[in-house]
Amino acid sequence: MAGGMLIIGAGECGGRAALALRDLDYQGPVTLVGDEPHLPYERPPLSKEAMASDAPEIKAIASDAILAEKSIRHVHSVQAVAIDRAAHTVRLSDGSVLPYDKLLLATGSTPRKLPMPGLGPRCVYLRTFADALAIRAHLTPGNRIAIIGGGFIGLELAAAARKLGAAVTVIEAQPRILMRGVPAAIAEIIHEAHVAEGVDVLCGDGIASIADDGNEVRTTLAGGREISADLAIIGIGAVPVTGLAAEAGLTIDNGIAVDAELRSSDPDIFVAGDCCSFPLAVYGGRRVRLEAWRNAQEQGALAARNMLGAGEAHAAVPWFWSDQYGLSLQIAGLSDEGKNIVRRDLGDGAFILFHLAEDGRLVAASGIGPGNAVARDIRLAEMLIAKRAKPAPEALGSQDVKLKSLLAA
Amino acid sequence: MSDWVEACATGDIDEEDVMRFDHGGRTFAIYRSPDDEFFATDGLCTHEKVHLADGLVMDDIIECPKHNGRFNYKTGDARGAPVCINLKTYPVKVDAGKVLIQIG
Repeated sequence: MAGGMLIIGAGECGGRAALALRDLDYQGPVTLVGDEPHLPYERPPLSKEAMASDAPEIKAIASDAILAEKSIRHVHSVQAVAIDRAAHTVRLSDGSVLPYDKLLLATGSTPRKLPMPGLGPRCVYLRTFADALAIRAHLTPGNRIAIIGGGFIGLELAAAARKLGAAVTVIEAQPRILMRGVPAAIAEIIHEAHVAEGVDVLCGDGIASIADDGNEVRTTLAGGREISADLAIIGIGAVPVTGLAAEAGLTIDNGIAVDAELRSSDPDIFVAGDCCSFPLAVYGGRRVRLEAWRNAQEQGALAARNMLGAGEAHAAVPWFWSDQYGLSLQIAGLSDEGKNIVRRDLGDGAFILFHLAEDGRLVAASGIGPGNAVARDIRLAEMLIAKRAKPAPEALGSQDVKLKSLLAA
Repeated sequence: MSDWVEACATGDIDEEDVMRFDHGGRTFAIYRSPDDEFFATDGLCTHEKVHLADGLVMDDIIECPKHNGRFNYKTGDARGAPVCINLKTYPVKVDAGKVLIQIG
């Protein structure tokens, strides 16, 4: 066992996996390799709290002291360039070669690039802390910010930019914002919140051209409208980082493909987090890839257990959240599995949509409201989804029936 | 130092539930366990300062409403990622239908 556990990718997922290996009393070498100069850190604040601060700080998952105490070797600012599966080694960009007994690929995802000419220095993406700092510097009163893409990252940044007094335009080619994974009724609430805060939200009009002359970015829509901005932030989704795995001959299927135990087509190589395509047991093994913080955390921990031989199948229900202005959205499950929707009002404008499959099974729940108004019921819904429960629609829709009581049924 | 403060009436909280209690510029969470005992902790999660009273109580665990950080509300022990700092707990007593907590 000379090689120990090697983790490529030092984000939420890789960081959690390294800590989990030690929590599980693994005694061999644990090495965490990351291409950023920072300690493993949480990315969700990058589009939220980091933007609200004049001097954003990293929210580290573990300090240098904790890593040292747990004998986790953190190799930073380098990229893994090749896996030699036969030799059980990984070569890094600084020329060094690291051995492994088990390898975890937690290489994450990278922003989807806008496939257009005309982009320049004022067209940016958000993935890393460095990206966040660069964007934050532009969020000043009166500065014009164009957000390309009405997804979560773009909308959270739009909210942050408005709070700081910038003039914000959101450009979404689809007929509405949050087309992917968010029900129309909830997207509408978020859309209205942005409009009420003074954001110009343009939907249903694709981009014809972009011109960045270094001083400003001019975006021309197919319908002829022209938007000039001091900064264009592009948030049109993410793509899994699979190059290293593909070159090593691992199976790729919208991400690095793994089995229920997060094992790739090489039994000594595990995969977790944004880069991982895995069978989701709760929906009959439907293959999915999730770009979500909690998934990264849970899969990192699960991969650690399975690297040590636990043989445990993934069983979690997808869950994510978003904060914009005073609103918080939470979604458990995959709403596209549902056929019918039941609405439950919680007061203060907060509500949850329960998504039921044709056979009555609860497959997802989408909630929105001020603060954390929907959190508790979404968590209970998540447990019901995990149980594959078929709760009575009348019970789900009635505030008088406690969701907790349905769990016992 | 026996600074007992009335937080609520026993009937204000269901069994296996939690409520928020603010006092003197501080915020607390008061719990009623499934076996009908009362407990108190700091009100904010040690991870990102979220009000725990919006979270879910299951047995002796309170789960943060935001990131599912879990604590044993009887002891304050953090139960795994993303929380690693324990929650401060406070002595509680019930007197004539009132829940009192001792704020140190």
